[in-house]
Amino acid sequence: MTMLPKTTKKKLGLVTDLDICVGCHACAVNCKEWNTGGHSAPLTDLNAYGKDPNGVWFNRVHVYETDDGENTRTVNFPRSCLHCETPDCVTVCPTGASYKREEDGIVLVDAEKCIGCKLCSWACPYGAREYDEDDGIMKKCTLCIDRIYNENIPEAEREPACVITCPARARHFGDLGDPESDISKLVEKRGGFALMPETGYQPVNRYLPPRPRKVDVGDTGAPAQLEPAEEAKSSSAFFNWLDKALSR
Amino acid sequence: MALLKQERINPSPVVADEVKNTTCYMCACRCGIRVYLRNGQVRYIEGNPDHPVNRGVLCGKGSSGIMQHLSPARLSNPLKRVGPRGSGEFEEISWEEALDLATKWLGDCRKTDPRRLAFFTGRDQSQSVTALWATKFGTPNHAAHGGFCSVNMAAAGLYTIGGSFWEFGEPDWERTRYFMMFGVAEDHDSNPIKTGLGHLKGRENTKFVSINPVRTGYSAIADEWVGIRPGTDGLFVMALIHELFKAQKIDLDFLVRYTNAPWLVRVEPGHPENGLFLRDADGNPLAWDREAGAPVNALLPDITPELAGLVETPEGVKARPAFEIMANRYLEPRYSADEVAETTGVPAATIRRIAAELAHAAFEQEIELDVEWTDWAGRKHDKMIGRPVSMHAMRGISAHSNGFHTCRAIHLLQMLLGSVDCPGGFRYKPPFPRPCPPGPKPTGKPDQVKPDTPMPGPPLGFTLGPEDLLVDEDGAPCRIDKGFSWEHPLSAHGLMHMAIPNAWAADPYPVDTLFMYMANMAWNSSMNTKGTMEMLTDIDEDTGEYRIPHIIYSDAYASEMTSYSDLVLPDTTYLERWDCISLLDRPISSAHGPADSIRQPVVKPDRNVRPFQDVLIDLGARLGLPGFVKDDGSPLYPGGYADYIVNHERMPGIGPLAGWRGEDGETFGRGAPNPKQLEKYIENGSFWHYQLPDSQQYYKHANRDYLEFAVHMGFIPKAEQIVMQVYSEPMQKFRLAAEGHGEHQPPEHLRERVRTYFDPLPIWYTPIEETQVEHKEYPIHAITQRPMAMYHSWGSQNAWLRQIHGFNRLCMHRDLAAEVGVSDDDWVYVESHNGRIKCQVKTMTGCERNTVWTWNAIGKRRGAWNLDPDAAEGEKGFLLNHLISELLPQGSGGRRMSNSDPVTGQAAWFDLRVKITRAEAGDGRSEPQFEPLKPVPGIVSKPKDLRFGEQFLPEGSWRRKNS
Repeated sequence: MTMLPKTTKKKLGLVTDLDICVGCHACAVNCKEWNTGGHSAPLTDLNAYGKDPNGVWFNRVHVYETDDGENTRTVNFPRSCLHCETPDCVTVCPTGASYKREEDGIVLVDAEKCIGCKLCSWACPYGAREYDEDDGIMKKCTLCIDRIYNENIPEAEREPACVITCPARARHFGDLGDPESDISKLVEKRGGFALMPETGYQPVNRYLPPRPRKVDVGDTGAPAQLEPAEEAKSSSAFFNWLDKALSR
Repeated sequence: MALLKQERINPSPVVADEVKNTTCYMCACRCGIRVYLRNGQVRYIEGNPDHPVNRGVLCGKGSSGIMQHLSPARLSNPLKRVGPRGSGEFEEISWEEALDLATKWLGDCRKTDPRRLAFFTGRDQSQSVTALWATKFGTPNHAAHGGFCSVNMAAAGLYTIGGSFWEFGEPDWERTRYFMMFGVAEDHDSNPIKTGLGHLKGRENTKFVSINPVRTGYSAIADEWVGIRPGTDGLFVMALIHELFKAQKIDLDFLVRYTNAPWLVRVEPGHPENGLFLRDADGNPLAWDREAGAPVNALLPDITPELAGLVETPEGVKARPAFEIMANRYLEPRYSADEVAETTGVPAATIRRIAAELAHAAFEQEIELDVEWTDWAGRKHDKMIGRPVSMHAMRGISAHSNGFHTCRAIHLLQMLLGSVDCPGGFRYKPPFPRPCPPGPKPTGKPDQVKPDTPMPGPPLGFTLGPEDLLVDEDGAPCRIDKGFSWEHPLSAHGLMHMAIPNAWAADPYPVDTLFMYMANMAWNSSMNTKGTMEMLTDIDEDTGEYRIPHIIYSDAYASEMTSYSDLVLPDTTYLERWDCISLLDRPISSAHGPADSIRQPVVKPDRNVRPFQDVLIDLGARLGLPGFVKDDGSPLYPGGYADYIVNHERMPGIGPLAGWRGEDGETFGRGAPNPKQLEKYIENGSFWHYQLPDSQQYYKHANRDYLEFAVHMGFIPKAEQIVMQVYSEPMQKFRLAAEGHGEHQPPEHLRERVRTYFDPLPIWYTPIEETQVEHKEYPIHAITQRPMAMYHSWGSQNAWLRQIHGFNRLCMHRDLAAEVGVSDDDWVYVESHNGRIKCQVKTMTGCERNTVWTWNAIGKRRGAWNLDPDAAEGEKGFLLNHLISELLPQGSGGRRMSNSDPVTGQAAWFDLRVKITRAEAGDGRSEPQFEPLKPVPGIVSKPKDLRFGEQFLPEGSWRRKNS
C-alpha cells in the first residue's frame, strides 16, 4: 500500500455550480483537449471511428432526471476526481504510483510506477479513474498540474482547462483548505456540499446546489394575477384609459 | 508499504511555439479562439479572453476543433463522378480539370439562361460574397440555408422592430430581471447565452422562464419550465398580451414614441386602401393630434396623438389608430388564459401568473440610469429608463408554419412592455436596428434576368407589397424555390429545402446545374431524405440524363452529399483558410458595439484542397463575371478571398471589414482599402470591436448620436428614427390583393391562403400539417432538439464528440411510453403521412406528454464520413427527416404546397405529427437503412485507435508509440 501525507499544505480542488451547469460538455472536451497533449498524454481513444468508440476522459458529464414522485427535474452533473483527503485509491496502490501530493493535495498517478492493476479504480466509489488500455496504465484528473503552475501561461489563466473554458462560469478552482480563499467563501455562501461524504474519503471538491427556484406565486414579488382595470370592464370606458395626452 | 521517491513533475512545460488567433467554425456562434501550435501541429485551442463574443470561454464543440481539423473524412483531391450517381465511384482529377469542367457547365448556363444555375450554400459564413457572385452571374436562384433554419425569426424581427434575435439582438444580460426564452435548446448565440444565463441566475431578484416542450440544457436550469405543446407558443403569448391589455399594463408612452401604434389605419371595408395607413402628400403616415383636432404627420416630434377613436379626415376618410385595432383584437375572449389553456397545455393560472410577473418586472422594477442622451428629434434626456424584461426565441418558434406570426407576437409583447433596446430589455446589435419595414427588394423578375448579364440587384431582399414579388405575368414563380412568389411572399432567405424537389419536378422550370456548398442535402439537411436521394438519381426517360443534369458540390468532408455529386471541389478546414465575419453579412457584434473578425490560416493544408471562396472567386474570373474581372478581363482578385476581403468595396469606402480602413489604417467603418488591414486584424487578435459610448448604448432606434454613427458606418441610409411596426402595412397590402384589389393579385388557388395568413397583426393558427392529418391517426408531435455538444459540428463526425452523442434515441414521456407499452431501449415504429422509421426509446418526465423528440442530425448513413460501416451512427442512429415531407399532405387547387410557413417559406420541420407503435428489436438496427456508401478516393487513412497528443510528450517517452 501507499502512504497518504498526514496533512497537505493546500487543498486544491474544484467547485461546480449545479444551479447553472447546462450540460454542454465544454469542461469535458476542453479537459480532454488539454490533457491529451499534456502531462498524462495521450488520452487514448480506442476504436475512434468505429463501433463503440471508447476514450479516456478525466471529466464526464451525466444528465439525468430526479424524481420524488411529484416533482422531477433535469440535472446536469459533471464528474471528475474529487482529490479526496483520505482516499483508498492511493492507499490500495501496491507500487506507490498513486499518490497524494503533500504540497497541494492533488492526487496523481506516476506513469512510470503504475502497473495497471486497476486496484485504485476498484477503490474509487466516484468512478474517477480512467484506465488507458493502450498504455496499460491508470490515468486521471491532474487538476491540470501542467497549467496551474505553468510560467509559460499568463498568470490569470493558470487554472484547470475545465474552469477556464466553462461557458456558464459554473466551475471554480482554488484552495479549499483556506477558509479565507474566494472559493471557500463561495462554498460557505452557497451551502456547497461534498459528494457522498459517507464514503469517508473526505472529498475536497464541492458542488453548489441549485438555488431555490422562483416558480410559485409571490416568488418575484408579483401578484398571482393582474386585476382587470375598472375601465376594461365596459368597452365604452376603454377610452377613459387612453384619455390622456401622450406626447411623441 | 511503498515509500518511493515522489515523481518529479515539470510545472512549466512549454505548451506552444506560437499561438495564433482566429475564429472558431465549430458552430455559427463564431467565438474568438487561440490556437496553440507546437512543432507545426495544433496542440490546443482555447477561447480568446479579449474577444467580444466569448470572452475566453469555449464550448465542447469549439474545444474539439482539433478533431474536426484532423477528421479522417477530409477530402484530398477534386473528384469527378465515374459511376452512377450515389455509387460513390469517382476519379481524382486535377484542379485545372475540375475548374475547366465547372466553368463549362456554368458558362453554358450563363450564356443560355442564367436561371439554369441553382446556386445554394449551406452553413457557410460568406453569404456576402456568394450573393454578389450569384448577382453577377445573373441567376435569381440563389440562397443560403436560412430558409430552412431561421428565416421566420429574421423576417418577423426585421418587419416588426428592425432587428431580431441572435445576430441582430440580445438580452441585456447584466440588467434584465425577467428573462423568457422560447423554443431554444442549443441555438445561437451558443456561448453568450450560457455565460448570460450563468450571470443572470446569480442575481437575487431575477427570474428565468423557459418555454419549451422539452426540459434539457437551458430549460433544466430555468426557474420555471413551461412544457408547452409544440406550435402553440403564439397563442400563449397572445394570452399574455390579453392579460396585459385587460389590466392596462401597457407602456403607452413607449408605443406613442417608438412604434406605429398611433398611426391612422383606414377603416373602409371593401375599399382598395382599407387597412392601409393614411398618408399625407409626401407619403408620411398620419396620426390624429388631440390638441390640433386634426390629422398630422405621425413622424413629427411633440405631437399628442390619439390612440383610439374613429376619426374622419377633412377629405371624409374614416380611420382608427392602429393601437385601437390591436387592443380590440387581443381583448377578444378567445385569447383569455382559460380559452388557450387546453390548446397550449399551459394551465390558465400559470399564464395569468406569468403575465403578472412580466408586468411587475417591467413596471414595478423600472431601471433608471443617470446617462444623458439625445433623441432623434434633438431633445436631451438626463436619464435612460429601462423595463427589465427580456426575451430570446429561436428554433422552436421558427420551425413551425405559424412561426412568422408567433415571432411577431413575441416582438409585440416586447413593445407593449416597452422593453426594446432599453436598459434591462432586449437590445439591438449594430448594424441593427435598420429601417423597418426593411429593404432592399429582391431581384429576379423576368425582365431582370438575361443571358450573359448580371442582375441589377441581389437575389434576396424584402418585399413590401405584391408589386415586389418575383412572379411572371401569370403570377407564376420566377425562382426555382418559388421564393418571393404568392406561395411565400416574404421569403427573405429563399427556400433551400425546395431547390432539389422543384428542380427534379421541373416546377416551375428545369435547371441544368445545381451548385452547392456545405449543405448535406442527401441526408440531414433535407426533408424527405429518401425521396431526395431518389430525386438526385432520377433519370429523365426522354433524355436518358439525370433530371438534374449536373451537380457541383464543395465541402471539406466526405458527407452523404458528396456521393451524390458529379464534381466535388474539396474545401479546407477552418484552420487552413482566410475568412471574414463581416458586418455586410452575418455580424458578430454585441449590443455594446459593432464587431467583425477574420479567420487566418494557422496551418497549411497537407492535401490538394482549396478554400471554397478562393475557388468561387477564381470561377468568377474564368467566367468573366463583372465584379470579378478587370476591364482587360484579368482576375480582379488574383490573391483570392484574402484579396477580396481587403479590396472589395460594396459602397465607396465600405468593404467586408470595418476595422483599420484608410490607406494607413487610421480609420474604421468608412475609408479606403488598407493593404495592411489583415495584418492589423492579426495584431489585434483577429477581430475588431468598437465600444459605443454610454450615451449610445440604448434606444438605438431613436438615439440621434447613434443614428448618425450608423449612417457613417453605412448601416442605415439616413439618421432618421426607426419606427417599430406594431401593425404591418406590407402584410395588409398582400391581403388586399387577395381580396381582389390592385394590379397584382394571387392566382385563384392561392387567394384564400394569402387572405388568411397576411394579417397585419399577429395571429395564431394551428400548424398547417396538423390541420391536414387525422389527429386520431397521428396523435403525437415529433420534434428535434439540437445537442449542445454537437449542434452545427456534426459535419466531420468528430472522434471526441461522437463519444458523447454516438447515436440518438426517441425520447418520450414515461406516461406515453406506458401507453405504447415500451420502456427504455425498446424499439418502436414511428410513422407519419410520409413514411416510417424504426428506432430505440428513452423515457423521461421532462417532456410534454404528447411530444416525442430526438437529437438532431446524429444518425449517419453507413459508410459516410469515413466511419466504419458498423458505427453506431449508422446502425442505431436515425433521422426524423424521413418522416417529414417537403410537401403538405393535401393539395390546394390540385397542387401540394411546400411544408413551409405561408408567409416566409421557412421549412416547417416541427409541424410533424406521428403515431408510435411497439416494434421488435429484430437485427438491432434502426430503419430505414441504405446500402453503405463506398469510401471516396483520396480520403485520408484513419487509425483504429487514436493516440493524439503523444507527439507532444518529451522525446524518449515510452508513451510516444507512434511518433
